Amino acid sequence: MTMQDWIRIGLLADIPRLGARTVETSQGQVAVFRTSDDEVFALFNRCPHKGGPLSEGIVSGKVVVCPLHNWTIDLATGEATAPDEGCTRPVAARIADGQVWLELKAGLKVAHG
Amino acid sequence: MNAVPRQKLVVIGNGMAGMRTVEELLAIAPARYDITVFGAEPHPNYNRIMLSSVLAGEKEIDDIVINPLAWYDDNNITLHAGNPVLSIDPAARTVTAASGLVTPYDRLLLATGSKPLAPPIPGLDLPGTCAFRDIADVDKMIAAAGAKTRAVVIGGGLLGLEAAWGLRRRGMQVAVVHLMSTLMERQLDVEAGGLLQKDLTERGLHFFTGGQTEEIEGAGHVEQVRLADGRVIPADLVVLAIGIRPNIDLARKAGLEVNRGIVVGDDMRASDPAIYGVGECVEHRGQVFGLVAPIWEQAKVCAASLAGRDDSVYVTPALSTRLKITGIDVFSAGQLAAQDEADQELVYRDSARGIYKKLVLRDDKVVGAVMYGDVADGAWYFQLMREKADVATIRDRMIFGRAYADVSARGKGVDVAAMADDTQVCGCNGVSKGTIVKAITEKGLTSLDEVKAHTKAGSSCGQCSPVVQAILAHVTGEAVEAKAAGLCGCADLSHDEVRHAIVAQGLKSMEAVRQSLGWRSKDGCAKCRPALNYYLLCAWPAEYVDHGQSRFINERVHANIQKDGTYSVVPRMWGGVTTPAELRAIADVADKHKIPTVKVTGGQRIDLLGVRKEQLPAVWADLNKAGMVSGHAYAKGLRTVKTCVGSEWCRFGTQDSTGLGIRLEKLMWGSWTPHKVKLAVSGCPRNCAEATIKDIGIICVEAGYDIVVGGNGGIELRGTDPLCRVATEDEVLEYAGAFLQIYREEARYLERTAPWVERIGVDAIRKRIVDDEAGRRAAFARFIHSQKYAQIDPWAERVQGIDAHEFKSLAEVE
Repeated sequence: MTMQDWIRIGLLADIPRLGARTVETSQGQVAVFRTSDDEVFALFNRCPHKGGPLSEGIVSGKVVVCPLHNWTIDLATGEATAPDEGCTRPVAARIADGQVWLELKAGLKVAHG
Repeated sequence: MNAVPRQKLVVIGNGMAGMRTVEELLAIAPARYDITVFGAEPHPNYNRIMLSSVLAGEKEIDDIVINPLAWYDDNNITLHAGNPVLSIDPAARTVTAASGLVTPYDRLLLATGSKPLAPPIPGLDLPGTCAFRDIADVDKMIAAAGAKTRAVVIGGGLLGLEAAWGLRRRGMQVAVVHLMSTLMERQLDVEAGGLLQKDLTERGLHFFTGGQTEEIEGAGHVEQVRLADGRVIPADLVVLAIGIRPNIDLARKAGLEVNRGIVVGDDMRASDPAIYGVGECVEHRGQVFGLVAPIWEQAKVCAASLAGRDDSVYVTPALSTRLKITGIDVFSAGQLAAQDEADQELVYRDSARGIYKKLVLRDDKVVGAVMYGDVADGAWYFQLMREKADVATIRDRMIFGRAYADVSARGKGVDVAAMADDTQVCGCNGVSKGTIVKAITEKGLTSLDEVKAHTKAGSSCGQCSPVVQAILAHVTGEAVEAKAAGLCGCADLSHDEVRHAIVAQGLKSMEAVRQSLGWRSKDGCAKCRPALNYYLLCAWPAEYVDHGQSRFINERVHANIQKDGTYSVVPRMWGGVTTPAELRAIADVADKHKIPTVKVTGGQRIDLLGVRKEQLPAVWADLNKAGMVSGHAYAKGLRTVKTCVGSEWCRFGTQDSTGLGIRLEKLMWGSWTPHKVKLAVSGCPRNCAEATIKDIGIICVEAGYDIVVGGNGGIELRGTDPLCRVATEDEVLEYAGAFLQIYREEARYLERTAPWVERIGVDAIRKRIVDDEAGRRAAFARFIHSQKYAQIDPWAERVQGIDAHEFKSLAEVE
């Protein structure tokens, strides 16, 4: 049985500002973004267009631009910016004491860096 | 074997129209008829149009024969040459020839051509006069030119002028008498006719325009031509070339319906259904014919009709004319001038060079063209005319010719109104015109950016943007202004304004730029950040700290992202030269890291494809160990320097092109530029390295090195512009380095050298680099300075741990 749980995945400092890191999960890769204001957001790392890795895109404000075909995805909702249509699933994220937490199934297996 | 008995086809007239019809017929129904041909002239079928070239001494009779006697034999055609038909008996279906031969027919084709128009001028029958119609006339004229000195040609139309020029070429003094005030008035307007007369006068012809011939005078032989206004022109030869009239004598005698010509229907049949007509002898819907194009069309229809196909219909096509006088270029088609206020004329006139062009437009379509001196685009105008193409979008430049209209038009020259809805406009994203139009109308789009956003058309390579823009203008009905090259939506400034401010105000960080120049967003965006990062790096090479998060992924991780999220790795291969050791190392790397694809690139190096991001540092480490560094195949920077083997091996090589290529690559590698930069060095003008489609190309010659710039073989093919020739390799490095630095400092981000050179003009670049020695040296020095901070192998840095976070996951969660 699986259940949703808050899982600590690493330090905020390990994610570059205006950048992202990835987390491997049993449901697929999740991209964790850090804005210039030190907010964090997490999305499943597949652009709704052609599955491009959003973690490799350029982050500004609260959006990321997919590196494959320049779709702009809202970090909070995972929705493509109009007029593009599509959505990638967001994952709840928060920061506590400099640590980043994601609301994911099951437990932490391995943590890198 | 064919069991059906063949029908008998008799053709009267062994000229171009008749034999073209027979050829067409043989092609579609080779076994239908036994064919008999009667010709008045004792020759096989020849190209009458080329008689003027024979007269001018440019061709022999043999050169203008279309079908030699063997052709008749090969096709089982019975030819009676020099045996004219004297009568037709439509009731008995027979023809009787001058020899007395009576030949029966099932089908009869009249191709009797035309006769010279002969007005009632006294003296026309004097010895020394002739027409300009057949080989016998030409023989007569050539003989006269050999023995006599003075010729008068009556008629200043196409035929008369060609006759006059031919006689002039044969050494005669030639006067042309023309009834009208303008030469070739049926094909040329007054302006072009005047230029023609001026040119021909300079070539030694004399003109008597407005001249009506009263009488040809002489005692036993022509001596002079007297005009109605009293002028008298001495003459040993008089050529009558005022026109032709259909030769309808036989048809009239046979009781067929004739008017100016033999009347034929759309199926080319005469009033007797067993008889057909084709060529200059016929009249179709009130029109008679003297040019070859409609006659070829008639031949096709007539052959189909003879072959029993009743669905073939003749329609007179639009006509165009050229004058066959060597060195004189005249073209005309359709209307010669505006006929009412609905017609508009576009006129180009360069009197110094003797060039004149006029287009007549009606409802944005070409309805006429008159050209003199430069007729290169005649065929294009004629095509636009025939296709009734809408030329509204190219109207402002079409008079300068197709190349100009197309080049400066790019997409704007495309006729978007006539474009089919399923025509693909954006090849990158597969977007059709219909999709774009639908998006514009349904969503009320008004700007190019909106159309790009909604349809993706023009959002990849951007080449189709002008077409998209033209469609937008067409649909919304208004001219959509192309915005000045704005940087992005974050600010109202253009690229050039931002660059200028960075230097002028000493702005040295992205935050400083955004604050000082009124950016509306705190972080900027994915468009302006890479541009600002480059502009700052270029302006302050020693001080600015590169901002990786503002670079596109490829430049951030120094490899090319692929569609599946893996990367490709291309080590530098200096000048395209490698070694067994390097190749072994590459092979070992591919094996060890299980790299799925190894490919030779277009830039003379080797691409390792399908490398996962986390593998990159290990792959680079192994390549570094073998002495290889990043090839920057991912960079808006120096990519490759392609070379040929040059004088070291090639028997044609003039210089060491490979060695020079390596020197250039060692000079320029690592530099960041507004867009990617590719070089090539060819060892001789055979140009095997294809230097003329590179950003900078060097072509070695015995005397030194030709430097060419601004080429592109990618999105939009552009040949290079020559910059200069230098004598030494060191100069090549200095000139090319200076060029690259000026491009780095002045081009807009993402602007290749080709559009940049096109935009500012190669002359401006030549002034800075070739003419201004001090300026060139200074630019080269700035480049060398900047390279001190750029030539660090990014792979080695990352192998040592820089940006380690890029290459591994933050965590794994089960």
